Amino acid sequence: MIQDIKRITIITGHYGSGKTNFAVNLAVDLCKGKKKVVLVDLDIVNPYFRSADFKEKLGQMGIEMICPTYANTNLDIPALGADIYSVFQKEDDCFVIFDVGGDDAGAAALGRYAKLICEEPFDMLYVVNRYRYLTRQPQEALQILREIETASRLSATGIVNNSNLGEQTTEQDVLTALEYGQSVASLSGIPLVATTAERKIAAKVPEATIYPIDLYVLPPWEK
Amino acid sequence: MNHLAERVLMKGNEALAEAAIKSGCRHFFGYPITPQTEVAAYMAKRMPKIGGTYLQAESEIAAINMVLGAASAGVRVMTSSSSPGISLKTEGISYIAGSDLPCLIINVQRGGPGLGGIQPSQADYWQATRATGHGDFHILVFAPSTIQEMVDLVYTAYDKADEYRMPAMILADGMLGQMMEPVEFPEKEAEQKIEKPWATNGHQNKRVHNITNSLYLDPNELERTVVERFKRYEIIKEKEPMAEEYLVDDADIVLVSFGATSRIVKSAVNSAREKGIKAGMIRPITLWPFPEKTIQKAADTASCFMSVEMSMGQMVDDVRLAVNGKKPVYFFGRTGGVIPSPAEVLEQIEKMMGGAK
Repeated sequence: MIQDIKRITIITGHYGSGKTNFAVNLAVDLCKGKKKVVLVDLDIVNPYFRSADFKEKLGQMGIEMICPTYANTNLDIPALGADIYSVFQKEDDCFVIFDVGGDDAGAAALGRYAKLICEEPFDMLYVVNRYRYLTRQPQEALQILREIETASRLSATGIVNNSNLGEQTTEQDVLTALEYGQSVASLSGIPLVATTAERKIAAKVPEATIYPIDLYVLPPWEK
Repeated sequence: MNHLAERVLMKGNEALAEAAIKSGCRHFFGYPITPQTEVAAYMAKRMPKIGGTYLQAESEIAAINMVLGAASAGVRVMTSSSSPGISLKTEGISYIAGSDLPCLIINVQRGGPGLGGIQPSQADYWQATRATGHGDFHILVFAPSTIQEMVDLVYTAYDKADEYRMPAMILADGMLGQMMEPVEFPEKEAEQKIEKPWATNGHQNKRVHNITNSLYLDPNELERTVVERFKRYEIIKEKEPMAEEYLVDDADIVLVSFGATSRIVKSAVNSAREKGIKAGMIRPITLWPFPEKTIQKAADTASCFMSVEMSMGQMVDDVRLAVNGKKPVYFFGRTGGVIPSPAEVLEQIEKMMGGAK
């Protein structure tokens, strides 16, 4: 999916579906492909475990990060800085990834930029996880997708099946969830563009859209 | 506990809420505060679908007094907050304890004092174990360290609160509240095991009306009530302490740690063992009653103890009381929302044990 990536990629999804981990992987892969990358942490819902956690690490790789003003401070204020607008002024060879907060609550922040986003080709990916409580049925995942689209005033262009159980995910868990990803895609009429699996598992998964990822979002004792 | 075959991925806060529902809780009263807001948000979504009550009160004080009312009627009820919000609830908690009522209170701790911060902390240990309100009383305090244990302890907390007619608290922290792990829920919804003949749920002219109250006009009667309650506490201290022991039997240094911190400590203990240092860990699962005997037993064999906490050192008091001067008890902690790293803890272990063996 990296080959046909548009300049602007927006990552949305259910709360806890793994958007941040996917966004960081995408940013790193683009960077490794010698692309200029900006990762925007647009999460106004989550206090911890967010893209801003990786600012230093990604910065060392040359990935620019734009974060909410008070991300990872003790101020619980969802303020978004004016620097976000700079991504719309960047050259055509600079790729932008938006890591949006979960559900429609998180997507509301995206709506503010909808008009600017629509001015050029973009992808809005909807990340789903079969193992997340309350989105285990494709129908439930579809309902949240529609809520996100309404709140963001944007339509999703691709489904990312990111079904996982964190670091405990097995090959079988990924295989079991393949059908789920296809169901969400066919129910929504939006193509499945990626099916993620941790690098060591990915090679064993017979799925055309397989996208190998690393686990970046980890608790302190796993780091 | 029999669990469902399939695991699901949940945030700690969501898992606490779902476990309460599956324990039979149909009444939630709360007020939002980071980092526990998902508990309330989850309840707001789920309760209307299952015929329960979700109510965002006008304040934490109002919420805890609604808990008092629901608990009086004998139903399973829950409130949830984070550190500053728990401080507001303490008056109500004291009234609930003084009325001998069971309920479940969640504290997903953040940095303090005052407004403090929104990052994880364990600096409410003293408050939870000694002063969740004024007067002579205790509450049951459970400290889970995984999301699965959060689920399991919600069931235990409700059962024990009913059994002993007292409030129970799950003392979590922001790390546990916000992180995600796979969990399994028991197949069946829990049944309340205890009859509540004292509940003020309508006498229908068939019995004398019940009263739940914490006001006593006669000091002697109040004293009798409090003394009776403390006899119950003695039974609890005897029967209910829970702790996990990890590589304690041959340990020179025993680390004592609870909640999310214990997972950092366990990682450091493993690294210390790799370096030839005999380290072990005791993880209190109940903070009140404190697992004194587990610590006392280890004091016979270990050469020293170190309490590791996300605070300036609070549980270390209980460790010292249990060790009773037999062995030195050290402390290491980070506070203000800073999480100690496994490497930092390992460094402390090496310092105490005179470097790698």
